[in-house]
Amino acid sequence: MSGTGYLLAVIGVMAAATFATRLTPFLLLQHKADHPLLLYLGRMMPPAIITILVLYGLQGIGVGSLHAALGVAAASTVTLVLHRLFRHPLLSIFGGTACYMVLLQGGLLA
Amino acid sequence: MSSLLPALRASLPVLFGYVPLGIAFGILFQDLGYPWYLATLMGLVVFAGAAQFMAIGLLAAHAGLLEVAISTLALNARHIFFGLSLLHRYRVRGLRRFYLIFGLTDETYSLVTGTPAPDPRHADGYYLALTALNHLYWVTGCTLGALIGQALDFDTSGMEFALTALFLVLLLEQWNSVRNPWPFLVGSGCGLLAILLLREQMLLVSLSLTLILLLLHRHRGEAPA
Repeated sequence: MSGTGYLLAVIGVMAAATFATRLTPFLLLQHKADHPLLLYLGRMMPPAIITILVLYGLQGIGVGSLHAALGVAAASTVTLVLHRLFRHPLLSIFGGTACYMVLLQGGLLA
Repeated sequence: MSSLLPALRASLPVLFGYVPLGIAFGILFQDLGYPWYLATLMGLVVFAGAAQFMAIGLLAAHAGLLEVAISTLALNARHIFFGLSLLHRYRVRGLRRFYLIFGLTDETYSLVTGTPAPDPRHADGYYLALTALNHLYWVTGCTLGALIGQALDFDTSGMEFALTALFLVLLLEQWNSVRNPWPFLVGSGCGLLAILLLREQMLLVSLSLTLILLLLHRHRGEAPA
């Protein structure tokens, strides 16, 4: 073990770096929060970001093989269909996740 | 606090994602030979999933602190875009403000922008509850993984799909409330392009491109101010 001191230093550095990335826009731009441009971004960025996060999540899971991709597609379809039908977030999420877990643990996604 | 129950319900899918992921991190962490409570500490003060997983590799290789700093900054640079679009929502000051900014993860951002606060006039209570609950889930996962490690019996593999499912549901909800298809098109286009061109930096590339395109779009006057 290389020493707890090293680990604590790493943790400290990472905490500072992570917090810095989260803090920066607030630090630099808070006094301009009502600027029309920033209000525009506040409206337009969330849908774009969530779209990107969906793609990020899908490509993170569904790339091992064709089976993996199909499994992710199936579970995603279940989620979307459930949500279209019932508009109940927890049901949609649970249904899609259960579908994925069954497929994965059933060995169908290898 | 009347925001707690709605925040609990809204953040439940994050619990299903963060606890297994945190456990996975905790297991890898204790493989390095460090005491379990330092995994708890890391989850507590860093609170960043991807960065913590990356840290496992850095720690194993005894990477220098400068390398750790630069890698963490690069990996988490996307958080800058979150703050950019939350300026008008995060108005509260002081310690609560500090904590909201500290806990701004991908999932917290998605919930803050994608789920309605029970009382819009006191939305900061709701945002705080969301942030704190997500933080709790993550720290719990990291601690459990480091403590119990491979002794865990219940097969949770696949449970982290809950996060992707959450993003999908939030996407549908955004689609219903934001009538303008343009941000979704920009997001999909930039996202797909980034995946094809630069998969490892997909988030940073797609977010930067998206910001540029959205700014250009507004500058050309096609979007309502």
